[in-house]
Amino acid sequence: MNIDDIKREFPIFDDKIQNNDLVYLDSANSSQKPRVVVDRIYDFYTKEFSNVGRSVHYLAVAATNLYEQTRVSVQKYINAKDKDEIVFTKGATEAINLVANTFGQKYLSEGDEVLLTELEHHSNYVPWHFLRKAKNIKIEFAEINDNGEVTLEAIEKKITNKTKIISVSHLSNVTGAILPIKEIVQLAHSKNIPVLIDGCQGAPHLKLDMQDIDCDFYAISGHKMYGPTGIGILYAKKKWLEDLPPYQGGGGMINEVKKEGITYGELPNKYEAGTMATAQVIAFNESIKFMEKIGIQNIEKHEKELLDYGLEKLRKNNSVNIIGNPKEKGGVISFTIEGVHPHDIATILDEDGVAIRAGHHCCQILHDKLNLPATARASFGVYNTKDDIDKLDESINKCKKIFNL
Amino acid sequence: MDLKDLYQEIILDHGKNPRNLGKFDNYNKDAKGNNPLCGDNVHVYLRLNENKKVEDIAFEGHGCAISMASASIMTDMVRGKEEKEVKEIVTDFLGMIKEKDSLETNILKDDEKTKLMSLSGVKQYPMRVKCATLSWHTLTSALDNSDQIVKTEE
Repeated sequence: MNIDDIKREFPIFDDKIQNNDLVYLDSANSSQKPRVVVDRIYDFYTKEFSNVGRSVHYLAVAATNLYEQTRVSVQKYINAKDKDEIVFTKGATEAINLVANTFGQKYLSEGDEVLLTELEHHSNYVPWHFLRKAKNIKIEFAEINDNGEVTLEAIEKKITNKTKIISVSHLSNVTGAILPIKEIVQLAHSKNIPVLIDGCQGAPHLKLDMQDIDCDFYAISGHKMYGPTGIGILYAKKKWLEDLPPYQGGGGMINEVKKEGITYGELPNKYEAGTMATAQVIAFNESIKFMEKIGIQNIEKHEKELLDYGLEKLRKNNSVNIIGNPKEKGGVISFTIEGVHPHDIATILDEDGVAIRAGHHCCQILHDKLNLPATARASFGVYNTKDDIDKLDESINKCKKIFNL
Repeated sequence: MDLKDLYQEIILDHGKNPRNLGKFDNYNKDAKGNNPLCGDNVHVYLRLNENKKVEDIAFEGHGCAISMASASIMTDMVRGKEEKEVKEIVTDFLGMIKEKDSLETNILKDDEKTKLMSLSGVKQYPMRVKCATLSWHTLTSALDNSDQIVKTEE
């Protein structure tokens, strides 16, 4: 695969940003969008728009078919058994909220435990916290080790006979640790505990096979997968979607509505109340096709090369501390510079067109554990090159110079 | 935009070696401020005497060079001033950071104004304005005895 050709498919790189060539190292936050995705949204709105699943006119039928085609594409992409196991949401956050809310309603009561890890994003903690408030459940956190990873043993240590669900990241957005999710699922299932995987960082970078992983739920963010904002996926085993109550009520999710009672619609409509992000769902099909065309194995290989190159380069740079050293690591490098606050790093890098993120990356529990209020983070996408990492390194040197280090 | 406007010598100096950092025992007013977006926080302590004069002031917290320097310069500047004067300085400073080109208050001497104006570089960096203003909002909250933790996000 030729990265220059791939990069040309992203219009954001066509023009200078504040007089600089853009060095975009913030893909863990949100990825840039290839032209095919942007064009698809424009074409849909200008030539094909209609609401889906309701009217019988030509445009409505065509739009419904397009919308359902994305469902099938996603099903195939993640190797789910059934297309009805794919629920569209507004994002991965909503996907996790959906599970916490409905599973919590039906299966959690006072004293029950939910097992998370210390490296979870706030979106895989706050929804469970709501249940802690509402139902007096307990939240346990499997600990990270010195490498910034969560091992199977760390999970096992926190499982008790009160553990009702385990919800863990596939890939940490801070340390980059890839969790042994298949082993976690096997362990949990041997104790009859269902598992939700927060796949925000996993899905854009790793090959997914739901039937092989065998998790009960897997949350995906569309905008991190070269897709539009406003679209996420909840993969859930059919038995759960049939068993759990609906999440939101409204049009589209019902079967029959009477004054004395309501019956709910079949899957997947049961979980898709109201008018969905139709254009985004349809355009997300192009994101899947884009990734399939490159091949997820090629994306993984490319990002691994970038990661190895980046780690080598930054380790050689004095005063740079890299956060975490997991054996299995995705394309994320969080770092600090002795004597320069991450926000100052981000502002100075931005002046050179190097876009990174600084802060706690929505992982305050992890930063508390690391005893760091904030870190700087460079994260990779398919369009990044070794040249981008060289520019990052140069800009870091500029930071050091400004701060007289 | 020029980074030299933002990271002037005086800011780097105060950022690296903040004055009045810590806590003293006999404070009678204090308040906390958070910037939830980036995790910066500040806790301002002050002692107002019977004549409503700021007898002593200090702060604890962590944050970027801009927020540390701003808190450091602020605490230096308001010590010994009357509450009314402090409030006028705060209003003048926040106005300068938001829209005005200069400081207008007569309470500050010219060299003090020059010191404060060193923070005016953040105007060119909208995402960093709240780094410069957090400690000032927190000071107001302490004077007003507000129990609310100051947040930079609305």
